[in-house]
Amino acid sequence: MSSDLLRVSATTTQPPATRRPTEVAKLIDVSKCIGCKACQSACMEWNDVRDEVGHNVGVYDNPLDLTAHSWTVMRFAEVEEAGRLEWLIRKDGCMHCEDPGCLKACPAPGAIVQYSNGIVDFNQENCIGCGYCIAGCPFNIPRLSEIDTKAYKCSLCSDRVAVGQEPACIKSCPTGSLMFGTKQSMTEQANERIVDLKRRGYPNAGLYDPQGVGGTHVMYVLHHADRPRLYNDLPDNPTISPLVRLWKGVTKPFLSLGLGVAALGAFYHYLTRGPQEEPIATNEPPYSDHEETS
Amino acid sequence: MTALVQRYRAADRINHWVVAACFVLLTLSGLAFFHPLFFPLSFVLGGPVWSRILHPFIGIVLVLCFAGLALRFWRENLLKPVDIQWIKRIREVINNEEGPHHLPVGKYNAGQKLMFWAMAIAIVVLLISGIPIWRAYFAHFFWLGLTRFAFVVHMLAAIGGILALIAHVYSSIWIKGTTRAMTRGTVTAAWAQHHHPAWYRQMMHKDD
Repeated sequence: MSSDLLRVSATTTQPPATRRPTEVAKLIDVSKCIGCKACQSACMEWNDVRDEVGHNVGVYDNPLDLTAHSWTVMRFAEVEEAGRLEWLIRKDGCMHCEDPGCLKACPAPGAIVQYSNGIVDFNQENCIGCGYCIAGCPFNIPRLSEIDTKAYKCSLCSDRVAVGQEPACIKSCPTGSLMFGTKQSMTEQANERIVDLKRRGYPNAGLYDPQGVGGTHVMYVLHHADRPRLYNDLPDNPTISPLVRLWKGVTKPFLSLGLGVAALGAFYHYLTRGPQEEPIATNEPPYSDHEETS
Repeated sequence: MTALVQRYRAADRINHWVVAACFVLLTLSGLAFFHPLFFPLSFVLGGPVWSRILHPFIGIVLVLCFAGLALRFWRENLLKPVDIQWIKRIREVINNEEGPHHLPVGKYNAGQKLMFWAMAIAIVVLLISGIPIWRAYFAHFFWLGLTRFAFVVHMLAAIGGILALIAHVYSSIWIKGTTRAMTRGTVTAAWAQHHHPAWYRQMMHKDD
């Protein structure tokens, strides 16, 4: 991977973009996942992050949620489908949106970047800890560290991908549920598997590559692609919230211009109409008094 | 010697300048987060991270001090029939014509009163909308949709407040003899009689 960038947070000029590496994607075949959490361990090990040891609250989810130290977690759902119990296990983490809401919301130049290969990465040295990315994300992924108040999330092992390796989670997966390659090859791979699943009694099997965020560079093969909510509330049609678009869209240059016009307007008034000079003190009122006394 | 009329006592003046300092710091640090164009302004509070940390606390100081100002002055800023007449003649006011000076304007003219209420409303809205977006302490108590809405409201109220500030500062530059009311606490009798004749008369009678 080169250092070429598609987008840089809070930056209005063109980032370096002469080279065009192919787009990459991680494919998570939920139908092959056995919930072993090897990917969680691999993530911790490669990225050198260790979460606090928590408590067992009676479910398999461990840790219970994403944190600044846990960039991916297995989410377990027990669902009854057609009288059968189904154990739906989804590896949750950053989806690496083509149109990233976190990057759109971020006010710090260069704190969030999107590489030309599609990976969305946080640069903690530029992060100011405001948490705007949390409001911008349609998947509820970024977490602020309590230690340094910087935002963290899955980097898709951008450092490994940069030197031609697959992300750590992919390397650790024992069932082939996790795959990594070009976005095109992953889509083809998924489509083959979906045909297979449909033949094996999952007529609604499909690929989760939500177009509301321009597609994602982490995609799921779901047995019930018609109901992503079954998988621990995976959003049906995620989009950047219209409120975030309103907050971060055309309003910004428009309102900035408004402030400039107001300041210049005041100056224009001073130049054309001029000030009202201080009246000269006299005992007699300078003007005939108002109606009440006349 | 020029006759002077007391307009603001020392405590009010100090409070006003604390509010003013807070407002300017909030404007500069807030604009830094508003648009990349203004990001360099974050140096004013010692960099972007310090801006993020300090901005809400300065906001609290502003709210408390402004509440003091508002308690002192809200009564004198209630709109009266004369204010409607003044607003109707706003074009003459802007063109520096003499006509509106014949209106029996009290301590504040309609422009000043509207400025007061615009600022009061903006500050209340900024306080309320500021809480769900204060990530370090409060944001996690709120539903994400509400936080997003609060960001939009906070932005709009801030722009409204800054516009009011521009009007406020320019007015003090435009109307000569005004600034000393908030620095020395007094204005010249001629100024008072010219711009606020009803208030001037009231002050004269008070002295009798």
